[in-house]
Amino acid sequence: MSGQPLDPRTAPTFPAAARAMLGDTQLRKNVRHATGVIQTKRARVVEEMPDWQELRESGRQIREHTMRHLDHYLQQFEQNCTRAGGVVHWARDAEEARRIVVGLVQAEGAREVIKIKSMTTEEIQLNKALEAAGVHPYETDLAELIIQLGQDQPSHIVVPALHKNRQQIREIFQREMHLGTLGESPQDLADAARRFLREKFLRVKTGVSGANFLIAETGGVCIVESEGNGRMCLTLPETLITVAGIDKVVPTFKDLEVLLQLLPRSATGERMNPYNSIWTGVDADGDGPRRFHIVLMDNARTEILADEEGRQTLHCIRCGACQNACPVYRQTGGHAYGSVYAGPIGAILTPQLQVLNHAQTLPYASSLCGACYEVCPVKINIPEVLIHLRNKVVRKKGPLTPEALAMRAMGLVFRSERRFRAAQRMGRVAEAPLVRKDGQGQGWIGWLPGLLGGWTQVRDLQAMPQQSFREWWEQREKSEVSRGN
Amino acid sequence: MATDAREAVLTRIRAATGNAPETRAVMQEWQGIRRQYRQHAARDHEGVLELLIDRLRDYDATVQRVSRDEVSAVAARLAAARGIRRMVVPEGLDPALLPAGLACETDRGLSAEELDGLDGVMTGCTLAIAETGTIVLQRVAGQGRRAISLVPDYHLCVVDEARVVETVPEAMARLQPTAALATTFFSGPSATADIEMTRIKGVHGPRFLDVLLVRDGERL
Repeated sequence: MSGQPLDPRTAPTFPAAARAMLGDTQLRKNVRHATGVIQTKRARVVEEMPDWQELRESGRQIREHTMRHLDHYLQQFEQNCTRAGGVVHWARDAEEARRIVVGLVQAEGAREVIKIKSMTTEEIQLNKALEAAGVHPYETDLAELIIQLGQDQPSHIVVPALHKNRQQIREIFQREMHLGTLGESPQDLADAARRFLREKFLRVKTGVSGANFLIAETGGVCIVESEGNGRMCLTLPETLITVAGIDKVVPTFKDLEVLLQLLPRSATGERMNPYNSIWTGVDADGDGPRRFHIVLMDNARTEILADEEGRQTLHCIRCGACQNACPVYRQTGGHAYGSVYAGPIGAILTPQLQVLNHAQTLPYASSLCGACYEVCPVKINIPEVLIHLRNKVVRKKGPLTPEALAMRAMGLVFRSERRFRAAQRMGRVAEAPLVRKDGQGQGWIGWLPGLLGGWTQVRDLQAMPQQSFREWWEQREKSEVSRGN
Repeated sequence: MATDAREAVLTRIRAATGNAPETRAVMQEWQGIRRQYRQHAARDHEGVLELLIDRLRDYDATVQRVSRDEVSAVAARLAAARGIRRMVVPEGLDPALLPAGLACETDRGLSAEELDGLDGVMTGCTLAIAETGTIVLQRVAGQGRRAISLVPDYHLCVVDEARVVETVPEAMARLQPTAALATTFFSGPSATADIEMTRIKGVHGPRFLDVLLVRDGERL
């Protein structure tokens, strides 16, 4: 993987990217191991909750209600956050969000910032923009540090470096931190990160974060994390800049009692993650940063909001459970999706964030098995949205693509018995040169030309029978009549 | 420009969702959200305390049950066993609780560097959640600024039994009146599972956590 950010606008199609990834057996092994471990842990802590389904339903209703009244809750958040001393900015798109953040950092005169893991800032490629402005961003989450030092890209929304194993991480740390000796146990590696980052936490005066939840009722922001790097970035700098999608708002503090039960159990399989931080604006008595800015970013989220069937995509609380459960993701890993949002949620979120101008193959990156829907803590019906997006992709391509024309022809054939029978007879003749007999005398087709080749790429097709059921039935009736029954 | 963006985004939202109803109607709809999950304790209080102890130990924290008079001596023993020499304490922590014979510096705006030079921190807490093994700290007397319970490597936390609830919803209901205060939930020592999903204790926050569960602490 190169240092180039994942960008759905320039990424190869999913089938092409997936094929390349499937060749990387080490990556597949790492991904399979990590997703397997999280799934087992998740299953255990979900099992012990007698009211899990009730929590899921409440989570779904809270998110649906919030989206229906998004303008109300965003304005309420803005008002309360501002009253508490925060400064609220609005951004229509990624470009505007980047400009605001870079401007704020430059106004501080800062040459360095410390960052909390944030998929939203990955989405808008903020690090690249900061670097272009001469500002060095230090990623402080262990996984994001591995990604940054290894010039890699995140492949999972919760555990971005799960495609790397300990030996690979050790090699990156040794090279980039200039360490002579370094053990390869996870403990040694975490200790190295602790030493490497501590000095940055104490020195750098500007922090940049994402957000898990914006609380409209209080104007507060909630971030959940494990390592304490989040708390460091939220507490020690003089200035904190938070970038959040407009979908991150929740109506009330009370609603967190649902989401803070659903999220950790689904994301990392823990009853509660080690740290949750909630802060509201700026503390008058000097607890934490003296300046707090928050950027509320649209970046095509309102396009998703406007699509009634696609809207539930915005209910996502970014737990990554669908990625761990997905049989496709578990084979290809995250990079094949060409976006920081990989797996099932990425397959519906990314194309919609691109208004279907890019990433058109992602809605097809699924077997529609429904495992993602089953584990989703807020019950997003991902298979339903996938099918809806496939429809939109087809419509967007117009009526004149070979596939659309072929489907129209099929429609014609299926509408008339006469045409259908003629097609069967023609098929038997046309397939003859392609059929190979197996040991039992059964005919198989191993290769089909053109568009049809997609089918035979990974499986053989049985040859058409010499007689259809209807033909057999008619013949039988005729012979019985002739026998005088 | 900024106002333009605000208006543009809000206009797009309104166009997407249809016309916005009155605040009262929105609130009514919010109240109609189904909440059939558990909102109250199912165990008696002793059972809740046992659950908390079990969950905290599961996170590799130590837990001891003590009376209020014993806190100072037990705290001193625990700190000594961890090799702690200098601790920071928040303003408002009852001096009678402080570890006997240990140098304790009261936080009056210590810098991050100064905190980094201290071995540990001792705080009270607002409440604890048994089911998840979580302790909640807020920006109040006896708990202090967020930085003091973050930078030092060792945390000694005093939890009054009366402050322990069983479930997350009970905790949020108790926190509601002070929801705007800076609030930190912590569940065990800091940890990561970023490397091969192996949980490792201690990355940036305190790596060591001792909890004293106080039988006869002050009531909430």
